[in-house]
Amino acid sequence: MPNLPRKKVGLISCSGEEMPEGTVTRRAVRKVLETLHPDDTVTLCLPLFLAGGEGERAFARYYPTIAIDGCDKRCAALATQKYSAKPAASIVVTEIAKECGCKGMGSARRLNAEGLRLTDEVAGKIVDETNRLLRKKPRDVQRGVGGGKP
Amino acid sequence: MKRKIPVVPCSGIGKSLGAAAREAAYILAEDLRPDKTKVVPLSLLVMGDEDARGEVAGGEAVAIDGCKLECAAKGLACSGASKVHKVAVFDVVRRHRGLKPEGVCDLNEDGLKLARATADEAAKIIDAPGGEGSHA
Repeated sequence: MPNLPRKKVGLISCSGEEMPEGTVTRRAVRKVLETLHPDDTVTLCLPLFLAGGEGERAFARYYPTIAIDGCDKRCAALATQKYSAKPAASIVVTEIAKECGCKGMGSARRLNAEGLRLTDEVAGKIVDETNRLLRKKPRDVQRGVGGGKP
Repeated sequence: MKRKIPVVPCSGIGKSLGAAAREAAYILAEDLRPDKTKVVPLSLLVMGDEDARGEVAGGEAVAIDGCKLECAAKGLACSGASKVHKVAVFDVVRRHRGLKPEGVCDLNEDGLKLARATADEAAKIIDAPGGEGSHA
């Protein structure tokens, strides 16, 4: 039996350093990578992607990606589409913040409790999309994923 | 009103040095030189956002990079900055050999010290005679 490369999902987060939503994207992606889906996900560095990182671009051409953007400018999604392939899923933090009634998430430098709650919501969405792309059971069926501080 | 000097940090989320670069940018723009500097996101610059490019075009800027790929400095150079001052966390850490930065979302104490040392170096550049930030 050949040793085929394992299918993984690439996560590309917004780099919006000037807004708290950007911080939410980075924290959510790290949470998924470190604790919620460590075996099934990798992160792709957006600046490296934009600067011409061939490894990052090649991955996004052949593997499914999820773009996680802070705002509707959608830099991560647009960059992925421009340089590799359309992301298999796109998540925008401002939209999720509206859905879950999250207001006043703190600063870009330090999220407050509300910002951390939003981070958990976004991480949950990433897990849902990852499961969908890998055809795994939804997180409601799995246990041990979801809330808590990263 | 005097133009604030744009500070563009590394956006990497894979390593502690990238996180230290980002934290250093916040320390510089919020604590050390809030009247002279402001954080501008790299992705907007590189994606050609007009507002972000307007902040940078024709003036000096500070790039704070986490690794040798220097994405922030390259992004600034391609965005019309007249002069890019490079601050490299990977060089700063060599000058502070005792520091062992860890963490990405939450830097450990050494990571925060490294960020502060990086921000201090950037502040000196801002204050240097002849630089935009040196004018009152």
